[in-house]
Amino acid sequence: MTDSKYFTTTKKGEIFELKAELNSDKKEKKKEAVKKVIASMTVGKDVSALFPDVVNCMQTDNLELKKLVYLYLMNYAKSQPDMAIMAVNTFVKDCEDPNPLIRALAVRTMGCIRVDKITEYLCEPLRKCLKDEDPYVRKTAAVCVAKLHDINAQLVEDQGFLDTLKDLISDSNPMVVANAVAALSEIAESHPSSNLLDLNPQSINKLLTALNECTEWGQIFILDCLANYMPKDDREAQSICERVTPRLSHANSAVVLSAVKVLMKFMEMLSKDLDYYGTLLKKLAPPLVTLLSAEPELQYVALRNINLIVQKRPEILKHEMKVFFVKYNDPIYVKLEKLDIMIRLASQANIAQVLAELKEYATEVDVDFVRKAVRAIGRCAIKVEQSAERCVSTLLDLIQTKVNYVVQEAIVVIKDIFRKYPNKYESVIATLCENLDSLDEPEARAAMIWIVGEYAERIDNADELLESFLEGFHDESTQVQLQLLTAIVKLFLKKPTETQELVQQVLSLATQDSDNPDLRDRGYIYWRLLSTDPVAAKEVVLAEKPLISEETDLIEPTLLDELICYIGTLASVYHKPPSAFVEGSRGVVHKSLPPRTGSVESVESPDTAPSGGPAADQPSVIPTQGDLLGDLLNLDLGPPVSGPPIATSSVQMGAVDLLGGGLDTLMGDESEGLRSDVGGSPAMGGSGSSFPAAPSTTAPTTVGAPLGSGLGDLFDLTGGVGTLSGSYVAPKTVWLPAMKAKGLEISGTFSRQVGSISMDLVLTNKALQVMSDFAIQFNRNSFGLAPAAPLQVHAPLAPNQSVEISLPLNTVGSVMKMDPLNNLQV
Amino acid sequence: MCFQQKMIHSLFLINCSGDIFLEKHWKSVVSQSVCDYFFEAQEKAIDVENVPPVISTPHHYLISIYRDKIFFVSVIQTEVPPLFVIEFLHRVADTFQDYFGECSETAIKDNVVIVYELLEEMLDNGFPLATESNILKELIKPPTILRSVVNSITGSSNVGDTLPTGQLSNIPWRRAGVKYTNNEAYFDVIEEIDAIIDKSGSTVFAEIQGVIDSCIKLSGMPDLSLSFMNPRLLDDVSFHPCIRFKRWESERILSFIPPDGNFRLISYRVSSQNLVAIPVYVKHMISFKENTSSGRFDVTIGPKQNMGKTVEGVVMTVHMPKAVLNMNLTATQGSYTFDPVTKVLTWDVGKITPQKLPNLKGMVNLQSGAPKPEENPSLNIQFKIQQLAISGLKVNRLDMYGEKYKPFKGVKYITKAGKFQVRT
Repeated sequence: MTDSKYFTTTKKGEIFELKAELNSDKKEKKKEAVKKVIASMTVGKDVSALFPDVVNCMQTDNLELKKLVYLYLMNYAKSQPDMAIMAVNTFVKDCEDPNPLIRALAVRTMGCIRVDKITEYLCEPLRKCLKDEDPYVRKTAAVCVAKLHDINAQLVEDQGFLDTLKDLISDSNPMVVANAVAALSEIAESHPSSNLLDLNPQSINKLLTALNECTEWGQIFILDCLANYMPKDDREAQSICERVTPRLSHANSAVVLSAVKVLMKFMEMLSKDLDYYGTLLKKLAPPLVTLLSAEPELQYVALRNINLIVQKRPEILKHEMKVFFVKYNDPIYVKLEKLDIMIRLASQANIAQVLAELKEYATEVDVDFVRKAVRAIGRCAIKVEQSAERCVSTLLDLIQTKVNYVVQEAIVVIKDIFRKYPNKYESVIATLCENLDSLDEPEARAAMIWIVGEYAERIDNADELLESFLEGFHDESTQVQLQLLTAIVKLFLKKPTETQELVQQVLSLATQDSDNPDLRDRGYIYWRLLSTDPVAAKEVVLAEKPLISEETDLIEPTLLDELICYIGTLASVYHKPPSAFVEGSRGVVHKSLPPRTGSVESVESPDTAPSGGPAADQPSVIPTQGDLLGDLLNLDLGPPVSGPPIATSSVQMGAVDLLGGGLDTLMGDESEGLRSDVGGSPAMGGSGSSFPAAPSTTAPTTVGAPLGSGLGDLFDLTGGVGTLSGSYVAPKTVWLPAMKAKGLEISGTFSRQVGSISMDLVLTNKALQVMSDFAIQFNRNSFGLAPAAPLQVHAPLAPNQSVEISLPLNTVGSVMKMDPLNNLQV
Repeated sequence: MCFQQKMIHSLFLINCSGDIFLEKHWKSVVSQSVCDYFFEAQEKAIDVENVPPVISTPHHYLISIYRDKIFFVSVIQTEVPPLFVIEFLHRVADTFQDYFGECSETAIKDNVVIVYELLEEMLDNGFPLATESNILKELIKPPTILRSVVNSITGSSNVGDTLPTGQLSNIPWRRAGVKYTNNEAYFDVIEEIDAIIDKSGSTVFAEIQGVIDSCIKLSGMPDLSLSFMNPRLLDDVSFHPCIRFKRWESERILSFIPPDGNFRLISYRVSSQNLVAIPVYVKHMISFKENTSSGRFDVTIGPKQNMGKTVEGVVMTVHMPKAVLNMNLTATQGSYTFDPVTKVLTWDVGKITPQKLPNLKGMVNLQSGAPKPEENPSLNIQFKIQQLAISGLKVNRLDMYGEKYKPFKGVKYITKAGKFQVRT
C-alpha cells in the first residue's frame, strides 16, 4: 500500500467525497482523508474549499494528523483569514504543551500563517517560547521573530522582540545562536538603517565560538554575518582569519565558500609582508580546487566565484592550472567557465600546456565551446607575448581544417593579434584571404575587411576584395558596413590613384542610400575630411592606433572589490552588484573591501566600511554597463549637442582614461575603427587646451556628455527669444557615473539666469583617494557653447565629498556645423 | 547579502518528460508557470545535463539540480547564496534516497505524504531545520512494508512524537541510546582516479579523489580515533562535522564521536603528479578515410603499475562522431554494443589478464557523402582494483574510548576510475 492511492479519486464529486470522509467519526478514515487532501496539494490542485473541515481535524492527539493539518493550514490560511481564526485556540494551547516538539511546531506554524488577526494572538506564545527552557523551542522561536517581522515589523519592534533576539546571541546553545544570527541578519536586510547587528569584539567572539559547534547551515549564517564585520585593525583581522580557516575543510561547499569570502575580505587588511599572509594564501587554494570535484551545479557556482578570486588574487591558484582542464563530458556551462579561468591563469610558465589543451578543445563537437576555445587561443597570444608566434601558427593550423565556424573565429582573433603586435605576422594575410568566401558571420566579415583595409598597401588586389563586398552593401549588417566604409577610405588614402571610383561609390552608398545614422555620419565625416583636407584626413584615418590592452574582459576594479564582498551569492554568479538585478533591493548597502591595515585609517573612513550604516542617498550610483548605455542613449533623444567635455586630471589617478571600457560599449563592436579613426583624433575633438598648470602626470581626456535635458532652453536662447530668469531648469542627471571614471561622478544640468547660460555641475569623489586639479574643456559644437571662465574647483576633493560648481558659459565659441548625431560621441 | 527571508520560496520536482509531479511552497504559492522559463532553458540545452543551474526570470531565480533523472527546481526571489541552495537540494535528494532506497519519481509519488512531511521538517522559513538523516529518522520514520502493515492495524503513525535527542546536544549527528548486539565499525577507503591521457599516452592531468565511507554500528557514545601510516598524503581534506579539527591539525589523527550508521567520514584529494599512478594504458588507432565513408578502429587495453593487483570491471565507452553509422568490430574479450542513435560504443571488457591483452578492432561505417569527422572521440574508461588504495594511503589503527565492549573492526580498500579519459 503506497501513497499513490491518494491520487486516485473518482472524478465525480471529489471534493464532496473528501468532505464526507473528513467529517467521519473514525480517526483512521479522517487521517486518510487529510492525506488525500495533502496529496492533491502537492500536485497543485486547489483544495481550499475544504478549509473548515480540515481545521476541524486539528484538535487531536495524533501528532502525524496534527502535522498534516498544520501543513494544510500554512498553504491556505491566507485565502481564508476568517476561518483561520478558528485555529488560533488550538495553537495557543499547543504552545503550552508539555512536549517541546509540539510547542515548537505550534509556534513555527503560527508564524507561517500570514493573517493579521492571527498575528495578534501570536505575540504572547512567542514571547514565552523565546524564553522556553528547551533550546529546540528557542531556536524555532528565533526564526519565528523574523517571520513575524516580515508580516508586521512595527509589532515586532513594539513588543521588544528584537531585544530578546539580540539576547539570544549569547545563548548557551550554538544552534540557538546560529538561528538568532540568521533571523537578525534577515531583519537587518530589510532595515539597513537599524543598527541591529552591531558587531563588536565581544559579540564576534561569541559568534566565533558558536561557529565551531553549530550545524553546517548555522555556520553559513554566522560566516556571512562575520563577513560584514569591520575589524578594528590588522591584528583583529588576523585572529578572526585564524579561527575561520578550519571551516575551509568542511564537507559542505557553501560553508567553504562563505569562509573564503570572510578570508578574502579580511586579507585585504593584512600586510603582505606578514608570514601569515603567505600561509593564508596557501591555505585558500586546496579548498577552492576541491569544490571542482563536486557535482556539476556546485562546480558552476564555484567556477564563477573562482573567476572573481583569480582576478583579485591571481597568486592563489597560479599553480593549479591543470584542475581547470576540461573533460569531454563536463556540462557545457562548466566547460565554458573553466576555459575562462584557464586564460586568466595563463602565463609564460604554463602557456605550452594551455595551448596544447586549447588546440585539443578546438576539435571537439560542441560548437559554442569550440568557438570559445579558438577565441581563447587569440587571447593567450595577446596576454603572453612569448607565445604569440605559437598561437598564430596554431590558429593557422585550425584555419586549414576549413571548418567554417573555426575559420571565422580564428580570423576574428587574428585581427586582435594584429592590433597587439603590428608588423609581425602580416605574412599570414594571404592564407586568410583564401577563406574570404566562406565567411558568413558579420563579426568575421568585419574583421577580415578591417585587415584588408589596414594592410591595403601589401595586398595587391585589395581593391578587388573590398569591391566584392560592396556589391551586397545594403544587405550587410551595420558592423560590416561601417568597417567596409572605413576600410575603403583607408585604401583610398593609401592608393588614391586607382580607387577614387570605389571610395565615391561607398561614400554615396553610406550617406545617400542608407537609413542608418551611424553609417551616414561616419560617411559624412570622411567625405568632408577628404574633400577639405586630404592631409589631415590621412593623419586622422591612418593615425597610429593604440595597442590593445592585455585583457579586455577584466572586471573593473571597484566593481571587482564590491563583488569580492558578495562571494557565494547570486551577485557573484552574475558578476553584477545586487543593486543591478535583485528585485526590490530596497536599501542595498554597497559593500567595499576594507582598506589595507592601519587602524587609524580604517577609523577615519567609516563610510567605506561594509557595515557602514545607512545606504548612500543614491543607492544605485554604479549601474551596470548595460544600464548605463541605456541611460545615456535615453538622454540623447533630441538633436544632441556635442557636449561640453570635461578634462579631469588627478595626480593620484595618473593617466586615467575617464571613460575606460565604457567607450567600447558605447561604440559598439567596431570600437577600434571608430576610436582610432574618428573619436580619438584631436581634429574632431576640438581644441585640446586643458588646464594649464596640470602636472606632468595628468592626462586630460575629453568627455562628451549628452545634454538632452538642457536643450529646450538652449534653443530658446539661440533663437533670440530671451526669457526672464526663473525658467525651467532640468534636474541634474548623472552624466558620468563613478564606475566609468575611476570614482569621479559628474552630474549636471544647464540653467539660464538673466540671459546668461551656466552649467551646474556636481562633482562627487566616490573613489578612496583625493582628487584635485580639475579642468574642463568643451568640444566644438553646434551652439558655439564655450566656458566663459575656467573651471574653479579650489580645494582637492576628498573621498565621498561632493562639490557644486556653476560654470558660466557663452556662445561665442566657434560653431561647428554638423548634422545631428544620433549616437553619442565620446 | 547573506540571507533573506524568501530563501527557498518553492520547490518543484520535474521529470524528464517535463511533468511537474510535486510542488512544495514554504511561503506563498508560486504558480507552476514559473517553470516555463526552466523548460525554455531545457529546450535550448538539448541535453538534460547541460541545463544551466542558475536561471533568471523576470521576478524569480530558478536554481536547479539534476539527480537521478529528476530536476529539483527551487524558486528564489531575492539574493541568496546559490551554493547553499544547491547543497540543500542535494541533501533533499540524499534524504529521499536514504528513505525510499531510490530517488525516483515512483518512489516519491508512492510516499508523497512522507516526502511532504520531510520537506517541511528540513526547511522552515528558508532556514534548514533538520537535514541530518539520523535526526530526521527519529522525527519521521522511514517506510517499511512491515511498518505500514502494523500502522494500518494499530493506527499508529510514522511520525515520531518525541524530540530527537541529538538535535540540540553538541553532537547533533548522533542519537542517544543506540544499542547493538554486534558492535561493528567498517571503513571503506575508496579512491577514484580522474585523469586525462593525451594521444601519445602521456598524462595531461591526474588526481585522486578519495573518500572514507564508514558504517558504524556501535552502542552508546563511542569516541573513536583513527590513525594512518602515512597521514602526510592528506593535505587537502574535507571533514564530516563530527571530526575534531584541532586533533587533526596537531596530531594528524581523526578523532570523533561517529554518527550512527552509514556516513562519509572524510573526502580528500591527492593531486601531486608523482603520487598518482595510472593503472592502465590504452593503445588506440582510430582513423577515418577521406571519401570512402569508412574508418578503422583498433583499441587495446593493458595493465600498468597495479602493484600486483588485478584490474577488473573494465568498461570502455566512446561517443563516436555523428557521421558514424555503424561499427563492425571483433572483441578478443568481453562484448561490445554500439547504439546508432546516441552513437555510443560500449565495450564491457571485464578483467584484464596481462598474458592476453583485450583488443577491440574492426571497421567503422560512415554516412556516405558526409565529410570525414574532424573531432576525435575520447575514450572513457572505467575499472576497479580491489584491496588497493592507489595513493598508498593506509589505516594504521582504530581505537575506541568511552565504551567498554570490544568492537569488530574492518578496513577495505578499493580503487576505481573516476573521470578517466583517453584522447585519441
